[in-house]
Amino acid sequence: MSHRPAGPGCIWVEPWENTEVKLSGGEIIIQFLKDEGVEYIFGYPGGAVLHIYDAIFQQDAVQHILVRHEQGAVHAADGYARTTGKAGVALVTSGPGATNAVTGIATAYMDSIPLVVLTGQVISPFIGSDAFQEVDAVGITRPCVKHNFLVKDLHDLIPTLKKAFYIATTGRPGPVVVDIPKDITDPNIKIPYDYPHTIEMRSYNPTLKGHLGQINRAVEKILSAKRPMIYSGGGVVLGNASEQLIEFTRLLGSPITSTLMGLGAYPATDRQFVGMLGMHGTYEANMAMHECDVLIAIGARFDDRVTGDVKQFCPHATIIHVDIDPASISKNVTVDIPIVGDIKHVLTDMNLALNASKKKPDQAALKKWWSQIEKWQAKNCLRYDRNSALIKPQFVIEKLYEVTQGDAFVTSDVGQHQMFTAQFYKFDKPRRWINSGGLGTMGFGLPAAIGVQLAHQDATVACVTGEASIQMCIQELSTAKQYNLPIKVITLNNRYMGMVRQWQEFFYESRYSHSYLDALPDFVKLAESYGHVGMRIEKPEDVEGALKEAFAMKDRLVFMDFVTDQTENVYPMIATGKGHHEMHMSPDRELA
Amino acid sequence: MRHIISLLMENEAGALSRVAGLFSARGYNIESLTVAPTEDESLSRMTIVTHGSERIIEQITKQLNKLIDVVKLADITEGEHLERELMLIKVRVDSHTLRDETKRVTDIFHGRILDVTDDTYIIELTGTGSKLDAFIKALNENCIIETARSGATGLAQGERALSL
Repeated sequence: MSHRPAGPGCIWVEPWENTEVKLSGGEIIIQFLKDEGVEYIFGYPGGAVLHIYDAIFQQDAVQHILVRHEQGAVHAADGYARTTGKAGVALVTSGPGATNAVTGIATAYMDSIPLVVLTGQVISPFIGSDAFQEVDAVGITRPCVKHNFLVKDLHDLIPTLKKAFYIATTGRPGPVVVDIPKDITDPNIKIPYDYPHTIEMRSYNPTLKGHLGQINRAVEKILSAKRPMIYSGGGVVLGNASEQLIEFTRLLGSPITSTLMGLGAYPATDRQFVGMLGMHGTYEANMAMHECDVLIAIGARFDDRVTGDVKQFCPHATIIHVDIDPASISKNVTVDIPIVGDIKHVLTDMNLALNASKKKPDQAALKKWWSQIEKWQAKNCLRYDRNSALIKPQFVIEKLYEVTQGDAFVTSDVGQHQMFTAQFYKFDKPRRWINSGGLGTMGFGLPAAIGVQLAHQDATVACVTGEASIQMCIQELSTAKQYNLPIKVITLNNRYMGMVRQWQEFFYESRYSHSYLDALPDFVKLAESYGHVGMRIEKPEDVEGALKEAFAMKDRLVFMDFVTDQTENVYPMIATGKGHHEMHMSPDRELA
Repeated sequence: MRHIISLLMENEAGALSRVAGLFSARGYNIESLTVAPTEDESLSRMTIVTHGSERIIEQITKQLNKLIDVVKLADITEGEHLERELMLIKVRVDSHTLRDETKRVTDIFHGRILDVTDDTYIIELTGTGSKLDAFIKALNENCIIETARSGATGLAQGERALSL
C-alpha cells in the first residue's frame, strides 16, 4: 500500500486502480504492430527473440509466417510490401538471424521498399562482449538501410517503432532495422502502452509538393518539344502515381518507356508505350531516348543499366527530372530542370498546368516523331525463332501471359528469365511485377511470391525463375506448403546460369567458366517431396497445355520445370560502356 | 575545391559512424572531421573538411542531408567565414638555445607554452591550418616529439548561422 499522502484537493490513485494498460516489451511490439495495421510478420525464432515469440503465441491479430531461412523472411516481407504499398515486417533473431537477413535488407534498400526489420539482440549488459549469437546488427546493416535503431531503454520502444514505420514508408521509402536487446522484451517488466497515432521528427521532413516555378518551367519546355520522351521508373509505382502518369502521357501524346522497376505503372498494352529501356530494352525505346529533344524522367534514378555510357546519354535532350529524393538528382547525369517532390503531387500539378496552358503539344512535330518511332518498332527487336524444336524461354513467357490473361502477379529471380519476363509479360497495372532490380538478388522470387500470395489470397501468383536462382531459396517451398500458398513456379531450366553464360559467350570467347549447372536435382520429385505438384515440360507443343493444367490447380503449388534452349540469349543488348544507339540485336536481326 | 561543411545532428550514439560510413562507402574525401555536443545537449555539431568538384560537393551535402540524424547542414565556405584549428605540439628543448628559440617562435605565432619539463615544452596554437603548418616549419623538425591537431572548425560570419 502506498504511504504517499494525498495533497489538499488531490486524490491519490493507487496503482492497482489505474486503468491504463501495462505491457511488457514483447507484448508492446505485437500490440504496436496490430495497431499499426500489420497483417503479417515474416520471421524465424531464436534465443534473443523468444520473449517476442511468446507474445506472438498469445494473440491472433497479427499472423506470423514461419519461413525456413531469414533471407526468405525479408524477401517475403519485401514481396508483400511491393505488392501492397504497406510496410513489410520481418522478425529475426540476433547474430546469424540478423546476418542472414542482410541480403534481404540490401535488396529492399536498392529498390526503395518500405520494410521494418526487427532483429533480436543479446541482453544489453552483454553487448560488446562477443556473447553467444552477438553481432553488431546496427553496424552491419548501416550501409543498406534507410535508418536503423538500437533500443536501449524500454521507454524508447514505442516511439522507436513508430519512427521506424514513419521513416520506412514516407519520402523515398526504404528498410528500417530496429535492433532489440532481449532484456527490453522481458515479460516481467511492464510499462504503460498507448499507441501513438503520429510522430514528429525535427530531422526528417520529406518534401511533398514540387516547386511551382520549376513545374511551370518544365511544362513550358515540354510544350515546346518536338521529340518528347517520358522515362518512368519505380518511383511512380512507389508513389502510387499511375493514374497521374497516364493522364500526363495522354496529354503529351509522347512515347513513354519504363525502367525494369517501373513496369506496370503505365499500361504496357497501350500504343504510347514503347517498351522497357536500357541494357535489354527495346530498340525503339533506346533509340527514342537517344533522339529525343526533351526527356522527362519521372521517379527514375539514371541507373547504369538504364543509361549505358552516360557521356552518350540523350545527347540532344533537355532533361527534366522529377524525384522525391534530392540526392538522386544530377547524381549520374546532369539534369536541366529538377523537381523535387512526391511524384503524385508533382504530376497532379503538372497536369493542371498542362490543362491550363493555352499552348498545346506540337501535333505536326509529334506526328513526325511517331512515324520515326514506328520505323524503329518495325525492326521487331524482340523477335525470336518460333519454329525451334526446343522450348524458347520467350515462348514460355508469352504463353504464361496468354494463359493468365495478363492478370497475374509475377515475381522473378535474377537473370535471363527476369529480362524475358520484363520483355514479354505485358504488365498493365502497377505492383504486379515484383523483382529485385537494383541489387539483383538471386533467390528473391519464391519468398517474394509467398508475400504476394498472402497479400492477395485469391489472385494468380507466378514466380518465374531459373534452375540456378530457384536453388538459392528453394527451402521456402516448405513455407508455401505450410500456409497452402498455390504459387505457380515457372522454371526456365537451361542447365546454365543463363546470363552469366551469355556474358561469357559475348565477352570471354565462350569460355563457360562455372556457369554450367551439373548435378541438378529432379525438380519434379523435389516439388513432390515438399508436398507440391511437379511437372516437367520438354516440348514446345506441350507448353500451353501444361500451363493451363497448372493454373487450373487453384489450391496447389505447381512447380513447372521447362527444359529450354540452352543457347538462347537476351536481345537487344547494350554492352557496358556503350550508348543507347549501339545495341546488339539477335544474330538474325543483325543480318536483316 | 576545399569545403567546410557544418552539420547539426541528433546527439545519438552511432551518428558519427553514419557520417564516416557515408564518406567511405561513397568514396568521398575527408580531410578532417570534428564533433562535439552543442549548448543544446540534444544536438552535436560536426565540422567536415572535404575536397571535391562542385558536383561531388553537391552530392556530399545531399547525401548528408539524407541521413535521418542530420537536422541541419551548411557549407560555410559558400560565404564569408572563419575557421580555426587547435594544435598541441610537444617539442624537445634540451638546451638553452633551443628553449630560447622555441619560446621566440611561439611568441611570434601567438602560441602559448602550456607545459614545461626539463627537456620538453607543450605548446598550444590555434589558427588556420596553414598557420599551424607554418609554425611546424618554423620549428626545428628534429625537435618535434609529437603533434595533436583537432581538425578545422568554423563559423559563418555575420547573421548567417547554423542553428534551429
